[in-house]
Amino acid sequence: MTRIRFQQSLDELKENLLVMAGLAEQAIQRAIEAYRVRDLSICDLVSRSENAINRLEREIDQSALDLLAMEQPMAIDLRFILSVIKINADLERVGDAAKSISDRVRNMEQMAVAELPVDIPRMATLATEMVRKSLQSFIEADAELARSVLTMDDAVDAINRAAYKALTKVMEEQSHIAPQAFNALMISRSLERVADHATNIAEDVIFWVQGDDVRHFKSVEKDGKKKSQPST
Amino acid sequence: MGVGIEVKNLNAWYGSNHTLQDITLNIPANHATALIGPSGCGKSTFVRCLNRMHETNPIARATGTVRIGDLDIYEDAKPVQIRRRVGMVFQRPNPFPTMSIYDNVASGLKLNGYSNRRAMDEIVEKSLKNSALWDEVKDDLKKKSGASLSGGQQQRLCIARALAVDPEVLLMDEPASALDPVSTSKIEDLIFQLKSQYTIVIVTHNMQQAARVAEKTGFFLNGRLVEFDATHKIFTNPSDKRTEDYITGRFG
Amino acid sequence: MSSDTFRLRTRMRAVTDDAVTVLAILATVLVIAPLVAIFAYLLYKGASSLNLAFFTKIPKPVGETGGGMANAIIGSGVLLAIASILGVPIGIGGGIFLAEFGRGTKLANAVRFTADVLNGVPSIVMGMAIYVLIVKPHIAWLPFTGHFSAFAGGVALGIMMVPTVCRTTEEMLLMVPHAVREAALGLGIPNWRSVLSITVKTASPGIITGCMLAFARVAGETAPLIFTAFGNNFWSVSPNNAIEALPLQIYVYALSPYDEWHRLAWAGSLVLIVLIVLAVALVRWVTSRGVLKGAS
Repeated sequence: MTRIRFQQSLDELKENLLVMAGLAEQAIQRAIEAYRVRDLSICDLVSRSENAINRLEREIDQSALDLLAMEQPMAIDLRFILSVIKINADLERVGDAAKSISDRVRNMEQMAVAELPVDIPRMATLATEMVRKSLQSFIEADAELARSVLTMDDAVDAINRAAYKALTKVMEEQSHIAPQAFNALMISRSLERVADHATNIAEDVIFWVQGDDVRHFKSVEKDGKKKSQPST
Repeated sequence: MGVGIEVKNLNAWYGSNHTLQDITLNIPANHATALIGPSGCGKSTFVRCLNRMHETNPIARATGTVRIGDLDIYEDAKPVQIRRRVGMVFQRPNPFPTMSIYDNVASGLKLNGYSNRRAMDEIVEKSLKNSALWDEVKDDLKKKSGASLSGGQQQRLCIARALAVDPEVLLMDEPASALDPVSTSKIEDLIFQLKSQYTIVIVTHNMQQAARVAEKTGFFLNGRLVEFDATHKIFTNPSDKRTEDYITGRFG
Repeated sequence: MSSDTFRLRTRMRAVTDDAVTVLAILATVLVIAPLVAIFAYLLYKGASSLNLAFFTKIPKPVGETGGGMANAIIGSGVLLAIASILGVPIGIGGGIFLAEFGRGTKLANAVRFTADVLNGVPSIVMGMAIYVLIVKPHIAWLPFTGHFSAFAGGVALGIMMVPTVCRTTEEMLLMVPHAVREAALGLGIPNWRSVLSITVKTASPGIITGCMLAFARVAGETAPLIFTAFGNNFWSVSPNNAIEALPLQIYVYALSPYDEWHRLAWAGSLVLIVLIVLAVALVRWVTSRGVLKGAS
C-alpha cells in the first residue's frame, strides 16, 4: 500500500477530531445535567473543558492546513480534510453552547424554581441524540445515517419556536418569573444551535463520503411540513 | 482556429502488444485536454496516434477512426499532411542542433518548400511571440544556435517551431517534465493563452499541472480510457474507483 | 576495519593509481614515438633537398642534378580529386542508405558485408582488378579504356575510399539522436528531406572526418597505381593519360640505384606527409568556420 504515512496522518487527524467530539458531547451532557440538578460544581467542569476544546480546535486546524500544503490531497482525501476543518469549527461552537447553558444555570442559581411551559429536557435529548448520530456517521463514514440526522432538525426547530412564543408570553404576563423564563429561553436557543451544528456535521459527512453538497437544500413551509427532500 | 478531435474505437498494437484498447472520446476544440495515467498506460501511444507518429515505428499499427475536424486522418490523408495540421512538442526539448534560432522556427516552413522571405520573417516573429520567447532572443535570432538556449527556452523554441506551420491542434507529450518550476509555470501560462487559438492535448504525469491548465481530463489505465470528464470533477469526485486510487496515490 | 588497515589500503590505492597513470603515459609515448621518430628522420634526410626547384620542376634525366617532383605533386592532386569525386558521393550515399532507408533489410546487410570485404582487398589486387577492367580492354566507344590513365588510377583509389566513407557515414548518422529525427517528422517534413537537410547535416562533422580518413589513407597508396596510373615523367594533368603520383615516384626512386634519386625520394616522403597533414587541417578549418557559435 502506497502513501502509508499520509494514511496514518489522516487516521491521526480523525482520532484527534473524535477526541474533540468526545469533549464537546461531554460538555453538552454535563451542562444539561447541571440544569437538571442545579449543581454548580458541574458548571465548573464545563468551564474547564472549554479550554481543552479551544486548544484542540487550533491543533486540528493546523494539522489539516499542513496536510493540505504538503500532501496535495485529491478527491476523497481532499473532501475529508475539508470536512474535518468544518466539523472542527462546529464542535467548538457546540462547546461554546455548552458553556452558554452552564452560564445560564449559574445565573438561575439564586432564583426560585419556576414552572415553565417548555420541555427543556426533551429538547436536550433530541439535540444530544442528533450530535451522537452525526458523530457516529462520521466515525463509520455512513452517509445514510447522516441523512437521518438532517430530518431531526425540524423537530428541534419546532420546539424552539414554540418555546419562544410561550416564554415571551410568560415574560409579559408573569413578570415575577420573567428572569427564569428569560434564562430558559436562552437555554432553548443554545440547544437549537447545538442541533444546527449537528446538522452541519451531518452535511459535512455526506459531502465527504458522497461528494454531494446538500447544504441549504431543505425548505420548510410555514406549517412545518417539509417542502423538498435533499437530493441524492 | 482549433478543431475538435473525434476518436472512435481506436486500437493500437506494438508488434503483438495490444497497447490501446477500444478508445472512444471527443476532444473539444479550443480547449486544453489533459491525459493522465501511470507509466505504460498508453496515453503517449494514444497521442502519437493522433498525428500518426506511432507509424514511425515499423512494428506499430492502429485501427479505428480518428477525425480531426471533418478529416478522417487514416482514410483521407497521408501522415505528412496530417502532421502539418497537428503539431507536436516532445518531452525533452529537441531543437535542431545545427540551426540558428531563426532557422529552427522556420524549419517547418523552409523544409516544406516555403520561400517567401518577408512572410517568413513575420511568421517567425509571431511564433516566437506566441511562445513567450521573442523578447529573450530577438537580438540573436540568426547568431545563436537553437541548442545554446537554456532548457526552458529550448522547449519554448520547440513550441514556436510547432506553431510556425500554423497547426490546428497542438499535442504536448509531458512538455514540462524535464523543466524546473519556473520554466514549467511559463509553459503552463503559455498553454493557457494558446487555448484560444488551438486545440491542445497534453499528456502529463503531474496532476496539479493537468488541474491547472485543462478543462477536461482523461484517465488511462492499461490501455483503456477509464474516465473522461471535467477536470474539476475528476480531481474532487471521480466516478471510478480506479481513477480515485490513482489520483490519491493509493495502490495495493 | 581498523584505522591502520584503512590507511594501508588507501595508500595502496594511491600507489596503484600512480602506477597505472605512469603505464598509460608510457603507452602513449610508445604509440607516438614511432610517428615522431619517422617525421624527425624524414626531416633530417629530406629537408636539405627541399628547394624551389623541387616544387616547380619535373625530373631531370638520369645523371643530371636538379629537377624536382612537381609533376608528381600535381599528379597526386589529380588522382585524389578523381578518387574523391568517385568515392565520396558513393560512400556517403551508401552510408545514408544503410542508416536511414535500409535498416534491417537483407539488402542493407549485403551492402555492409560487401563494404567490409572491399575494405580488406589488398591494394595491389585492387590495382590489378582495375587493370583488367579498364586499362586492358580496348573498347572503342568507352573513353579512358585501353591504356594507362589517371582515370584508371583515380577509380582504383576511389573504390578504396568507398568502404571507409560508407561505414563512417553510417556510424555518424546512427549517432544522431532519435529526438532530432522525431522533431523533423513531427513537423510534417517528408522523410527524404528530413534525412538530407537535418540528419545528414547534424552528422556532417563526423561524415567529413570519415572522408578525410579515407582521403589520407589513399593519398599514400602506391600499389594500385602501378598498373593503372603507371607514372609519367612529364607534365600531365589529363585524366586520359598516364600520370605521376608522389608515392609512386618515391617508390620508383627509392628502388633505383641513383643517389640523386634517393635524395629526391626522401624529400618526396617528407612532402607527402606534410601535404596530407595540411590537406586535413585545411578541411577542418574550412568546416569549423561553418559551425555556429555556441553549438555543443
